[in-house]
Amino acid sequence: MSTTDNQLPLWEVFIQSKSGTPHKHAGSIHASDKNMALENARDIYTRRGEGRNIWVVLSDQIAASKTEDEAEFFDPADDKVYRHPTFYKVPEGVKHM
Amino acid sequence: MNTKQALYNYCLRLADNNLIAGQRLAEWCSNGPILEEDLAMTNFGLDYLGQAEFHYDYAAELEGKNRSGDELAFTRSERQYYNCLLLEQPNGDFAQSMMKMFLYSAFAKLLLQALCQSQDERLAALAAKGIKEIKYHFRHSSEWIIRFGNGTEESQQRSQFALNEIWPYTADMFDMNEVDQELISLGIAVDLNNLYAPWLLTVNEILNAANLAVIENQHMYKGGYKGNHTEHLGHMLCEMQYLQRAHPGATW
Repeated sequence: MSTTDNQLPLWEVFIQSKSGTPHKHAGSIHASDKNMALENARDIYTRRGEGRNIWVVLSDQIAASKTEDEAEFFDPADDKVYRHPTFYKVPEGVKHM
Repeated sequence: MNTKQALYNYCLRLADNNLIAGQRLAEWCSNGPILEEDLAMTNFGLDYLGQAEFHYDYAAELEGKNRSGDELAFTRSERQYYNCLLLEQPNGDFAQSMMKMFLYSAFAKLLLQALCQSQDERLAALAAKGIKEIKYHFRHSSEWIIRFGNGTEESQQRSQFALNEIWPYTADMFDMNEVDQELISLGIAVDLNNLYAPWLLTVNEILNAANLAVIENQHMYKGGYKGNHTEHLGHMLCEMQYLQRAHPGATW
């Protein structure tokens, strides 16, 4: 049996739930062009009022770090507790930190 | 025909159009060309079903015989259905289904826009609610038509075939009768003659972009709004109404 993917190109979907908040990765869809990608993302990921704005980007356009680089990339941050801004008091009323 | 009867009939027409469009789209469930499109088409089906429900409920109130909207949907027979012929045509392939949605949504977009100004407040409110969905159906289907027409040789042939098959049912969408005459004079219904030119303009714009051409001077089928249907509606109703006919009032 052939395992070739004969579907349309893959796109990653990012949804903004309300204005002013960051777009978050929602999942992926197949589409042949930008318009179709936006519409497919709309039809699949915003049917229940999840979004106000959508970004789509071709999956193969995303550069991702490699699993084997994990140690070099991320482990050095483990013992730098002073980098966490936990010594400040957050003023009341600040919602998005 | 008195106004109340005419309004009842007009509501049923709007409801039947939506129900039949929704039922045909529901037939695509699990048969879509790709998963994304499968979900999109069944979503559109639900959009139409939702609009149908509101219009059936209104029709049931106007009738005043204690029948529910569901009873109107599931216990009337073919000759008492007032949807246009285009919507009851079989789905055919994906190109034919998109062609139907494109030609109908281009019409429904104009109809609902005009109905927003109806003197009947409830119809106006329902039109204002429905138009957002219809605009999206138009966008989605017209983009597909342009892609088909400019795609492969096969997609071009299939979409031209779809246009040839469905075009003869388009005049029926504009075929008014005494129901329209009664309600237009009261500012309740829309004069469909006024929608034809803008509809043709929109449709031609998309067809040109898709390099598809209408075969002129074909025989045009008419009669849907009077209850004169093609052979396809009866079969649809058989399947759609079976449960309510066999077990009246069944719920879950």
